[in-house]
Amino acid sequence: MDNENTTPVKLTLFDKIFPPELITIPNGHSVLRRRSRAPLILLLLLVAIYLSLKMTGFDMKLIITRFDKLLDLFVKLFHPKWEFFNKVTGPLMDTIKMSILGTVIGCLLALPIAVLASTNICKSPVIVSVLRFILALIRTLPTLVIALVCALVFGLGTFAGTLAISIFTFGIVAKMLYESIETIDMGPFEAMEALGANKFQAFWSACVPQILPVYLSHSLYCFEMNVRASAILGYVGAGGLGITINERIGWRDYNGLGMVLLSLFVVVVAIEFFSEYLRKKLS
Amino acid sequence: MAEKFEQIEKSFDQKLTVAQMYLMRPRKWLMYTLIVLILVVLVGWSGSSIHFEGLTVTGREVAKGVVSGVTHPDMKLMFGTGDTDVPYLLLQTMAIAVLGTLIGAILAIPFAFLASTNIMPKPIAYLFRVIILLIRTIPSLVWALMWIRVTGPGASCGVITQSVCSIGMISKMYITAIEDLDTRILESLDAMGCNAFQKIRYGVIPQLTASFISTTIYRFDINLKDATTLGIVGAGGIGASLVQCLNSRRWAMVGSFVWGLMILVLIIEFISTRVRKKLARGQ
Repeated sequence: MDNENTTPVKLTLFDKIFPPELITIPNGHSVLRRRSRAPLILLLLLVAIYLSLKMTGFDMKLIITRFDKLLDLFVKLFHPKWEFFNKVTGPLMDTIKMSILGTVIGCLLALPIAVLASTNICKSPVIVSVLRFILALIRTLPTLVIALVCALVFGLGTFAGTLAISIFTFGIVAKMLYESIETIDMGPFEAMEALGANKFQAFWSACVPQILPVYLSHSLYCFEMNVRASAILGYVGAGGLGITINERIGWRDYNGLGMVLLSLFVVVVAIEFFSEYLRKKLS
Repeated sequence: MAEKFEQIEKSFDQKLTVAQMYLMRPRKWLMYTLIVLILVVLVGWSGSSIHFEGLTVTGREVAKGVVSGVTHPDMKLMFGTGDTDVPYLLLQTMAIAVLGTLIGAILAIPFAFLASTNIMPKPIAYLFRVIILLIRTIPSLVWALMWIRVTGPGASCGVITQSVCSIGMISKMYITAIEDLDTRILESLDAMGCNAFQKIRYGVIPQLTASFISTTIYRFDINLKDATTLGIVGAGGIGASLVQCLNSRRWAMVGSFVWGLMILVLIIEFISTRVRKKLARGQ
């Protein structure tokens, strides 16, 4: 009777095909309840699964029947060859060095770009959208492909890996940073401008202190990821632990591989703990 | 936090002038110089072993080739319908990511519940956390190389690798969702006389589905990028063809693969961000 109390519901195409149910509450108000989307989504998902199964030829039976092969491998992995440790340290240090340098270069490059790509600081929509599009393109490229191209251009070795990590870090940190810059409080900035500071002064003393901790925390997070990512870059010849991993797998020396993975595990866990501690302090 | 607050209140009581307050401003220059100093030392240490040796003999040619390939992609390959053309390979990559993510998301549920400290006793929860960490540290490439022994090269190796790799990150994010569960709802359901099944159906599931689905979609994004990397070791998808073309210097083909990859990843990222935003707003 009084339809003014009905909450306005925006009808989508789905609601037009399956009209929403009208429920009248005892007090006279009426409510529209939309039909559940779950069956449609489930149907689409089932079709997707069926098509994917057909395309990939995935066979669970094969995996279950041959699972013992993986178990064999795991048994060897968990009996690492301890004397191999001496050969692991060199590449491991290379990997860490690559990720430190790559992270620092990438993060330094990311800072100005991220500032220019955030809508609340850069008022020109053209610059913002162009920069964001470039960043999105960089992020779509898999690190391993970048590393492979770098290795082809600059020769095999750690330099190619460092470059690949810098590019990857640049894309990710810049994106995370412009998203956080957009959430900062612009009130102090306006206040400083009203007091007669020029744009740069206002930015320096009102925005930078807000951005800096976030920036450091994003950089640390990215460093964590990079240590893990740079471990496999050697697979395409970009230096670091990947070369050793590739070699061990090639020779089917899984005990040696176990040692490599164990040392990587220890380093990654240590760095993760350290960086999580620092990030908690920063926030 | 409380101490800080008291300090501020005290300074208000003293009725300080602006100039006096300015003198009392927090001074962080010591911390910043320390950070910069540590960074410089780290960069110096890591820069010592990363040498720039200039371009390789063929480096210039490779760089030129990549640029010409990206600007002049092979159009026939890009829109062909055969088994080796870009659309089919992209679909296969997507199929790998769909299956890998779904299986991973399902496998992650028991792991997440077993590793949540508010459901399980602490020792068990920490044991499962270590297992999750182990799964996460082994690089996906190494997982792929191990699974190849089970499934043989091909798309199904990619699927099983991604399902295992996804467990790490997905269950980590599930755990946060589970530990944020609002238990008061369960108590009120208890007070209403609901049985265990009803409590799970109306108290637990509605709180978890949105974040679980959001996590899964986010991981699908990552897996799609990862699936291209896995192709390098022979786990199906577009990566294998991309690397083959790079190594045999067929730049036009490289260009079309890269463009196909970029467009696919951009589209999926766009859709997934929109869906996740909707989920976060609770629609």
